[in-house]
Amino acid sequence: MAVGKEIRVKIASIKNTQKITRAMEKVATSKMRKTQTRMLATRPYSKKIAQIIHHLSHAKPEYTHPFMVERPIKRVGVIVLTSDRGLCGGLNSNLFRMALRQFRSWGKDHVEAQISVIGQKGCSFFHGIGAKIIAQATKLGDSPHLEDIIGVIKVMLDDYRDGNIDELYVAYNEFVNTMTQKPKLLQLLPIKCDELTPELAGHWDYIYEPDAKEVLDDLLVRYVESLVFQGLVENNACEQAARMVAMKSASDNAGKLISELQLIYNKARQAAITQEISEIVGGAAAV
Amino acid sequence: MVMTIHVDIVSAEEKVFSGLAELVIAPAEEGDVGIAARHAPMLTRLKAGEVRVKVNNSETLPFYVSGGVLEVQPHVVSVLADRAVRAKDIDEAAAVEAKRRAEETLSDRSGKLDYAKAQLELIEAVAQLRTLDRYRKNR
Repeated sequence: MAVGKEIRVKIASIKNTQKITRAMEKVATSKMRKTQTRMLATRPYSKKIAQIIHHLSHAKPEYTHPFMVERPIKRVGVIVLTSDRGLCGGLNSNLFRMALRQFRSWGKDHVEAQISVIGQKGCSFFHGIGAKIIAQATKLGDSPHLEDIIGVIKVMLDDYRDGNIDELYVAYNEFVNTMTQKPKLLQLLPIKCDELTPELAGHWDYIYEPDAKEVLDDLLVRYVESLVFQGLVENNACEQAARMVAMKSASDNAGKLISELQLIYNKARQAAITQEISEIVGGAAAV
Repeated sequence: MVMTIHVDIVSAEEKVFSGLAELVIAPAEEGDVGIAARHAPMLTRLKAGEVRVKVNNSETLPFYVSGGVLEVQPHVVSVLADRAVRAKDIDEAAAVEAKRRAEETLSDRSGKLDYAKAQLELIEAVAQLRTLDRYRKNR
């Protein structure tokens, strides 16, 4: 009986899709755990380096580093961290929306923005809108290393040193919990010194080896790198969490669709059988 | 009782060591330094080598670093270790590479970019179809 062949085909195809989304959900779940551990593992370093910077702002070095000096803002640089792959809900688009809003408000103040992008999605988006991209890095995989992003950061730091940009930001998704990720814009340069704590105040200074300038230079570059890296790892955890949630709802929707279609199919089949019987009965009665 | 000092060794990707020690020996850029409790505050760069943490008389733990920064506060020693081999020229090469990639994508109008664009168009088309579908159902 050739009843509802189209419906059967459609059900089969939705079932296949559901299989894929289920598999992706499971993969994302296990990857999410891994990326979360990684995210936590990078915290001690950034905490430590932030602490040293904090100490440093209390010491009185004879040399003031350009990274700590505020300048009038004419141009800004933004490092945007995005995912390489899609199918992770509104993760990237939320970030882009926030970035664009920020660009517009800068535009009003006649502040130009230049960007560095990490991740495939960001590259195609910002090329699409014709933004000024000066550096990019893609295909970092699920466990990126610091070396992979050094180049991108260095381009921006060099521009900052040369005075081409007056402020540097990093934009990424903050991991709140598995269900919630929040786009975040963090200022990297100039480094903001926080309030003095009394116990550290007073006149003391480090012994610098070989000299203050070189050590500070190294340390501050490392500080910026660690912040960006922390953001990258966090963004990665966000990506997996968002993908897991998106794929879960996709699987659920597929399930709903299948049961709806199954109902329609059964009704059609019953109607066909009823019709056939009534035809037979009608035929027999006529004889 | 020997005075001990708290030691933290961290790398960008993980925490390596945290605990008390009697003495820390690190390869500072201008020669190895040994740090015991109540050392004066110091900030220095490390070169590639071994950081040795003497926990007690019988136990000394070695850690390899390929460079990094050492901070000394009277009661805390922090080692920010680099995992990777770092050098000015390597950093420079990485920067050039990152720039080149950006320019490449900009000039490459045929390949991947079109793919991304096509994907966008596809998503739009699917959304339109879905709206149509819903409209038909409701009628």
